[in-house]
Amino acid sequence: MGSILKTASFSFSKKREISEEVDQKDGETLFVTCKKCQRRSMKRLWKENYYVCPICGKYQSISAHYRMSLIFDPGQYKELYADMKASDPMNFPEYAQKVAKQKEATGLEEAAVAAVGRIGGHKATVIVLDSRFFMGSMSSVVGEKVTKAIEYATKKKTPLIIFSASGGARMQEGIYSLMQMAKTSAAVEEFNASGGLYISYLTHPTTGGVTASFATLGDITLAEPGALIGFAGPRVIEQTIHKKLPKGFQKSEYLEAHGFVDKIVPRNEMRQTIIQLLELHEKK
Amino acid sequence: MIDKILEKVEELDAQIEEVEGRATEVTQDLVEVVEYSEEVMEDTFEERISLEEHDKEIIKLKSMREYFLSECQTLTPEDRVFLARHSQRPHVDDFIDGIFTDFFEQKGDHLYDEDQSIYGGIARFHGIPVTVLGHRKGHTMEDNMKYNFGMPCPEGYRKALRLMNQAEKFKRPIITFIDTPGAYPGMEAEEHGQGEAIATNLAKMSQFHVPVISVVTGEGNSGGALAIGVANRILMLENAVYSILSPEGFASILWKDANRKKEACEIMKLTAADLKEAKVCDEVIKEPLGGAQRNYDEVMRNLDAVLWKHLQELMKLSPNDVKSDRQMKYRKIG
Repeated sequence: MGSILKTASFSFSKKREISEEVDQKDGETLFVTCKKCQRRSMKRLWKENYYVCPICGKYQSISAHYRMSLIFDPGQYKELYADMKASDPMNFPEYAQKVAKQKEATGLEEAAVAAVGRIGGHKATVIVLDSRFFMGSMSSVVGEKVTKAIEYATKKKTPLIIFSASGGARMQEGIYSLMQMAKTSAAVEEFNASGGLYISYLTHPTTGGVTASFATLGDITLAEPGALIGFAGPRVIEQTIHKKLPKGFQKSEYLEAHGFVDKIVPRNEMRQTIIQLLELHEKK
Repeated sequence: MIDKILEKVEELDAQIEEVEGRATEVTQDLVEVVEYSEEVMEDTFEERISLEEHDKEIIKLKSMREYFLSECQTLTPEDRVFLARHSQRPHVDDFIDGIFTDFFEQKGDHLYDEDQSIYGGIARFHGIPVTVLGHRKGHTMEDNMKYNFGMPCPEGYRKALRLMNQAEKFKRPIITFIDTPGAYPGMEAEEHGQGEAIATNLAKMSQFHVPVISVVTGEGNSGGALAIGVANRILMLENAVYSILSPEGFASILWKDANRKKEACEIMKLTAADLKEAKVCDEVIKEPLGGAQRNYDEVMRNLDAVLWKHLQELMKLSPNDVKSDRQMKYRKIG
């Protein structure tokens, strides 16, 4: 394959990744190129493989709604707090325009999507952070929506499942972003006190303020294969310690080996594993 | 700008001290002359003249100092960041010495390690037993190396939590001092679960039934600050700053250029006054002109009064109200 072709297919796949929603609707695209191995596979195969590269096994980011559709029983969920809109608490220069762009690209109002529905017949509250929207960073609206959904799960006595993906804090919201860590963690702790089951499912990437709040507070912590999970980013760490980090550092497998993840669950086993856990925790 | 002013002020401080020293010598000479001489007036003429000159010089130098210090009345956010990080600024051990009595230090997380970047224990505040802890910075490079510049590893947060859990058990109010560049971005810190350690502190601190008051005394950055800062009341020294991360880090993430620090300081809204407006900070504690490092006694007096006022208010609440008061504070943000 020539280098020109390679570049072209790369930008094409990037667009796909940014807008999975569109991807699902149009039937015209036949091939999708993997960002990692750069090889093309039929779109049908990608789909059957839950957007994991059919050749090299690289996980592609998927949209929040697509993930919801994989988790819930078909047609069995209702979105919560869908009308909450991104805010700009610090009047940060150019932030509003950037938000508008993200909205257009993803069709989302903010990086967090919450829903309640049935999974294998069991009622559950699910929150998904969509890495396509501002890298799933923690804005005050993300914090508020996550908190509200946790409070909903507490009140309705449903299990709580959160799929985290986050680049960390939303810089443009400054201290308001930081304070969401305290708010969401408090909500999880109240949920815990009520006796509910919280499954935290870490996806690529889960870092910064989300790692240091609700994402690491689950009763059960699962992770997608190969996801980057950590508090400080690898670049910052390398700059601090002036050393190259070992291969696989901060990847799901590394975290499992260091005792912070119960199980690494591939995407095609995600729903079944969650159903198993919901059943094991079913209240008689 | 503030660094230049402070340099000048410190120079004047030194000069004033020197002239005062000379004046004291002359005064001593005078006393001797008076004791041993009959002809006091004549014999001491020179000394008296020299004393007058000294006095004049001191007055002149002091008015120059006042002039420079008056420049400190309006500080830019970047100036405040400079003061917040000043090596001679009072740190947690100074505050414990200054306004607490009967301090008993507690070390270690009792799980894995002793992290010296967190310093704390049990002490009395106005006679009441409290748990007091904070990020520890040193005044010298040597101490700072020992305390990792106030950047905790997971063991530090777990040590803090151990102390705070005991406070909850023994119904002692908790007072924390925040002063950190942030969590330590090291390899072991990640391997030992930095994120988990911070998250657990946030979750557990939200549940305490004892009053928690946090004082941001220097720089409060990122989750490393918040991990000991989920409080009923957040107080800030006038020149302290509190933000999502350091201005350098902010500039490098947002603009890929750490040199745009000044711009970051302007935009981040990180000063005590900004945080008061954002309703994160409950009260700002006045500092001496030119920064807390210029007069420890004054800082201690001001802090002691404000801290005691807030603690008394919180101690009037029932344990459940203390808890929900704290939860409401954060629930309302954003």
